[in-house]
Amino acid sequence: MASKTAAICRGISRRSSGFGVRSMSSWWRNVEPAPKDPILGVTEAFLADPSPNKVNVGVGAYRDDNGKPVVLECVREAERRIIGNQNMEYLPMGGSVKMVEETLKLAYGENSDLIKEKRIAAVQALSGTGACRLFADFQKRFRPDSQIYIPVPTWANHHNIWRDAQVPQRTFHYYHPVSKGLDFASLMDDIKNAPNGSFFLLHACAHNPTGVDPTEEQWREISYQFKVKDHFAFFDMAYQGFASGDPERDAKSIRIFLEDGHLIGCAQSYAKNMGLYGQRVGCLSVLCEDEKQAVAVKSQLQQIARPMYSNPPSHGALIISTILSDPDLKNLWLKEVKVMADRIIGMRTALQENLERLGSSLSWEHITNQIGMFCYSGLTPEQVDRLTNEFHIYLTRNGRISMAGVTTGNVGYLANAIHEVTKSA
Amino acid sequence: MVISLASASPSASPAMLENLKAQMKLGSSHVMFRKEKANPFIKTQSSGRITMALAVNVSRFEGVTMAPPDPILGVSEAFKADTNDMKLNLGVGAYRTEELQPYVLNVVKKAENRMLERRENKEYLPIEGLAAFNKVTAELLFGADNPIIQQGRVATVQGLSGTGSLRLAAVFIERYFPGAKVLISSPTWGNHKNIFNDSRVPWSEYRYYDPKTVGLDFDGLISDIKAAPEGSFVLLHGCAHNPTGIDPTPEQWEKIADIIQERNHIPFFDVAYQGFASGSLDADASSVRLFAARGLEILVAQSYSKNLGLYAERIGAINVVCSTSDAAARVKSQLKRIARPMYSNPPIHGARIVANVVGDPALFNEWKEEMELMAGRIKNVRQKLFDSLSAKDKSGKDWSFILKQIGMFSFTGLNKTQTDNMTDKWHVYMTKDGRISLAGLSLAKCEYLADAIIDSFHNVS
Repeated sequence: MASKTAAICRGISRRSSGFGVRSMSSWWRNVEPAPKDPILGVTEAFLADPSPNKVNVGVGAYRDDNGKPVVLECVREAERRIIGNQNMEYLPMGGSVKMVEETLKLAYGENSDLIKEKRIAAVQALSGTGACRLFADFQKRFRPDSQIYIPVPTWANHHNIWRDAQVPQRTFHYYHPVSKGLDFASLMDDIKNAPNGSFFLLHACAHNPTGVDPTEEQWREISYQFKVKDHFAFFDMAYQGFASGDPERDAKSIRIFLEDGHLIGCAQSYAKNMGLYGQRVGCLSVLCEDEKQAVAVKSQLQQIARPMYSNPPSHGALIISTILSDPDLKNLWLKEVKVMADRIIGMRTALQENLERLGSSLSWEHITNQIGMFCYSGLTPEQVDRLTNEFHIYLTRNGRISMAGVTTGNVGYLANAIHEVTKSA
Repeated sequence: MVISLASASPSASPAMLENLKAQMKLGSSHVMFRKEKANPFIKTQSSGRITMALAVNVSRFEGVTMAPPDPILGVSEAFKADTNDMKLNLGVGAYRTEELQPYVLNVVKKAENRMLERRENKEYLPIEGLAAFNKVTAELLFGADNPIIQQGRVATVQGLSGTGSLRLAAVFIERYFPGAKVLISSPTWGNHKNIFNDSRVPWSEYRYYDPKTVGLDFDGLISDIKAAPEGSFVLLHGCAHNPTGIDPTPEQWEKIADIIQERNHIPFFDVAYQGFASGSLDADASSVRLFAARGLEILVAQSYSKNLGLYAERIGAINVVCSTSDAAARVKSQLKRIARPMYSNPPIHGARIVANVVGDPALFNEWKEEMELMAGRIKNVRQKLFDSLSAKDKSGKDWSFILKQIGMFSFTGLNKTQTDNMTDKWHVYMTKDGRISLAGLSLAKCEYLADAIIDSFHNVS
């Protein structure tokens, strides 16, 4: 070893002044600084703010009533059980079979025939982002002429995902800025006017960023129209359990589509409902005609994953399969999810009441009409900037408030600030 | 084809519906019935008639064919399916103990216990990953006191092990150097081509393995790198070349650096075995440090799958050494932009383990000892295999390449037919390119393996 190192040192002193040393100019001259991510950049700015009054209602990560991140008790228990018992070996390319099985039950139903008939091609994915990306790449590869219809507005990263997958995007109407609810008529028009067989991205529940979900009846109409038009429904379900507090209820949209015989795609995430944000665990499923097709589709999804990350991370998957396959832990999880959802619903009520008590002349009903982690406040970018600059309140410039960041301690301050920036509106 | 179901009265009789359903069921089409209540959004045209909603379940993905099994990961799957007692898995490069069991390093167990005790949260990492991890990983690779780190000239982004880190770099190359080629060794790790193909980066091969000597075709290597268009990216294995186990000597590395500088190429290292090749972390990084010391801008992908046994947790990094800190900041921001639509931010668990182990002097030293043990076991197995082959093979064939090769793998020189014989007759699982993973070989099995190799080499063409 010593002689090797000595040889290298000799080599360095001989060559350091040699030909072609690019010490001053750079290969990366034309690399511009990327714009800050609109969502994650908010937290960075929040962390950098020294003000004691600062409030982070930016990124959608749950906080308890003290504004602290939460690790669920069921997760802690699962971690205790698995430590020392893992062998750290590569998962298969499709991820943890057990975790995927349990995850499909959540979306498709505990006793779903589709699962029994093995008609679902499913792989573990890197949370919701990874699931959407696998699907987008799969869509590009096997339906290269297709486009994706994305609601307006949507989670900003949806656009990035399908763009990097090189799938052209179209939009469809979703949010009605005046009612601050669903623009159902325009949505249905867009569904009808899209060419037959179009691919649509739908938020299964707790729409991000608006919190506006179709009613059950509206979902049935959408499903029906999808049948008429032979459209493909891709569900992004990032908040199952988080919307109403009941995972079964939150999966209603998907179940309606399944009843109607649609062959759907579905991205699921455990970031929020199990608080496993940083572990990056989720699932992509594609419902096929039969088992043979599901096997083929799964093999192709794995083929896409292999040159992206080879196989997905294990730790989070183990936590999930430990919890969901143990009835007591699963029950604990269900309770804890309900607590989180209920706290958010409580904060919605509190925020609205505070604003009304302050004598705001505007209507704030949408705060309690909307559901899930986010409230689309209706604030303009300029009003948002004022909230940040004058009141040290951090949120995305589209006016999306993460209700998970609202506490009994800050809801008054938040209401007051919102009232201040809107009262002259 | 869809026919809408509407009934005159708000509720049609369920029995009647069931009856119709039974009559209409045809093959893979299912008849879906739904009672349409008076609906403000839909005007129903018919009244007093019942029509059916025919859900035709034809998939959009009809034409999707079965993907071929992965040449590397597929081997383990085939091994699992084999019921023969003598079976041996020399496929995937995952370390095994002498008892052929997976090995979780003690330092990893200790780190995990500490993490559990601290009750750390599970919040999103920043897109670029865990800061503490990024710091220690760059220091481990380049040396903590390397000026390039002091000067902020290294853009480090946590990636999904080696694969994910290579992928980030590949997309970056496609975006900022459209049309630029990556030169990859012949042979190389099977997944390299997939990564560049899926990133739409053109690639070509440079000669590397010389089957006549079962060693390095150095002249071919130099010649091919020289001939490539100026400004190509040259993918180099930092140590323990996969699949051959054949590494350039220090003098050869110098010459490779010379030719790369001469041709204005960009060195792109894949470092998946730091510490695993020789047993020394610093020695195994010497090729990378040599290039960095010349003031070159380089890309380096790292993996902790093997050296920390963290296969399952997908932990690695992409490092881009830039000539200025400003360039490093810009490059880092663009790498983040590539990661965000792929997985948003990387997984925490493996990053924390590495940060804990490498960041704690006691654990770090303990790790170095464990690594020496692992690398040592592989060296012992190489010796035993060589001894067995030399003793059993009466043909006079020179098997010393087994000792000269380094790291987890050995390129046996067996061709595809011979490899098939290894599997079909001897139940030895390996990749078709003739690569065996010594990490999956025990001293106890060396003689059996020697028999298999000798038989395949001499009796099968």
